[in-house]
Amino acid sequence: MSSASLKTRRTSFVEFFAERAIRASGFVAIAFVVLIFLFLLLEGLPAITEVSISNLLSTRWYPTESHFGLLPLILGSVLVTLGAAIIAVPTGVLAAIFVAEVAPRWLREILKPMIEVVAGIPSVVLGFIGMIALSPLVRVAFNAPTGLTAFTGALILAYMALPTIISVAEDALDAVPRSYRDAALALGATRWQTIWMVTVKAARSGILTAIMLGIGRAIGETMAVMMVTGNAARMPLSLDSLFMPARTMTATIAAEMGEVAQGSTHFHVLFMIGIVLFVITFIVNFVASIAIFRQTRRSARLLS
Amino acid sequence: MSRFLTQRLGFTFLAIVAILVVLPIILVVGAIVIQGLPAINVEFLTTAPRDGMRAGGIWPAIVGTFWLTVGTAIFSVPFGVAIAIYLSEYARDNNFTRMIRLAIINLSGIPSVVYGLFGLGLFVLALRFGSSILAGALTLSIMTLPVIISTSEEALHSVPQSFRTVSVSLGGTKWQTIYKIVLPQALPGILTGVILGLERAAGETAPILFTAAAFFLPELPGSIFDKTMALPYHLFVISTQVPNMPIKIQFGTALVLLVFVLTMNLLAAVIRSYYRRKRQW
Repeated sequence: MSSASLKTRRTSFVEFFAERAIRASGFVAIAFVVLIFLFLLLEGLPAITEVSISNLLSTRWYPTESHFGLLPLILGSVLVTLGAAIIAVPTGVLAAIFVAEVAPRWLREILKPMIEVVAGIPSVVLGFIGMIALSPLVRVAFNAPTGLTAFTGALILAYMALPTIISVAEDALDAVPRSYRDAALALGATRWQTIWMVTVKAARSGILTAIMLGIGRAIGETMAVMMVTGNAARMPLSLDSLFMPARTMTATIAAEMGEVAQGSTHFHVLFMIGIVLFVITFIVNFVASIAIFRQTRRSARLLS
Repeated sequence: MSRFLTQRLGFTFLAIVAILVVLPIILVVGAIVIQGLPAINVEFLTTAPRDGMRAGGIWPAIVGTFWLTVGTAIFSVPFGVAIAIYLSEYARDNNFTRMIRLAIINLSGIPSVVYGLFGLGLFVLALRFGSSILAGALTLSIMTLPVIISTSEEALHSVPQSFRTVSVSLGGTKWQTIYKIVLPQALPGILTGVILGLERAAGETAPILFTAAAFFLPELPGSIFDKTMALPYHLFVISTQVPNMPIKIQFGTALVLLVFVLTMNLLAAVIRSYYRRKRQW
């Protein structure tokens, strides 16, 4: 047998295993999601038998006295995330339009890496700056007793969601075919009119995806929020709650998991909160991904 | 003429918004550099904290973050690249592929603290690794997977189809084509993605809170089953848990973490622009 055929055989042997391994790895991604959900259920579901549903749905979170009301935490997350979305969505979309459609090339080359830097800053660093620099400003500006409020958290969160919103929205705007713009300009529209009446409209599903992904990021953010919101688990029932301390689901897990006994009721309830977070982000990302798929399908249709 | 005035006002407004977006980052980085630099000296970078962490250095935290990042790379890179190769070279447009993509999008959206819970449940408790570098690195690597997968897949996709066609027409098998033609061409892009993923892992706190991080350990970890200090967690501890903490040390720690992370960011950018200029297609 010649050495050449031996070599071929060895290659096909390696090839056989490499291909099997790669095909199997496709399952790994799905397996991880399933595993994560299973382990959350495993540790979180016992909470339902240990704590009554009416307790879980009550308005008081005070674990040391067995008050496990999740409502203040859920509403805390909603309040902070909603505040962040109100700030970040218009800012992010407008900034994306500027970067994609208006800024000259050289400015683009400066702005894009800087926005990437924002995405790379660790959340503890932003939390630290939020505590030291932003919260005193908030306290003075709103004459509040403390600067560690839901609003401070919303500001920091908005900033953390911005890079996601800007880069995804910018991609969507970039994907709009050049001919659309050319046609609008040729019909006598100004660039400004073209942007709003043609480009943004054509990119709207991508922009929607950007917004969803940004909000998804904001809901799940933990450290920065924990450091600047003041962590008081209270029901945000009136508008001025925004300028009082609040506590999110993520911060509750992060702050309390280190101190609970493993296997205790409190431990299981914290995993229960994890399940709630998992389900919420799953839904948000699922909806965002539907928009992504629709967009790819449409661009594929346009190109064919 | 007025619609051109509208356009001018509109563009100015958009520019102001863009400035408002980048201004804070300049201020934040600037403040950390200016306030943090005076804290940086040999003692700060090479010794353990002293006096209830109010003096001394951050060496154990630097070492801990280094090992956590290396561990994350060991687990996440092979899996991430393999999944990317599968999606780019093997996957057909069917429901199974769509499920994988949905899973990846989902992984990228799961809150970091939920990864921490998962790591606690699986690695720390069920597999009995305890709170350790191993458990922390495994948790971080699953969190990092989506970044590595999506950037690697993009890099693989950007290799022209004709390269594959030529390789196969010369008698190369599918695997030879991938291994000898597509992967080398996509390597810079994959490397960029890996670095960006690891950058994110290095700066994360929430996933290691219950899986690896130690409040204070004067000694360096001796094995992968030891707990460890880590830079982001250390910054969290000294800015929220320790009263009367000198602000200089806080800023110094923030600066070291920032340099660690931004160096990786810069490295990725350099690799990307260098190879983009070099490649012929």
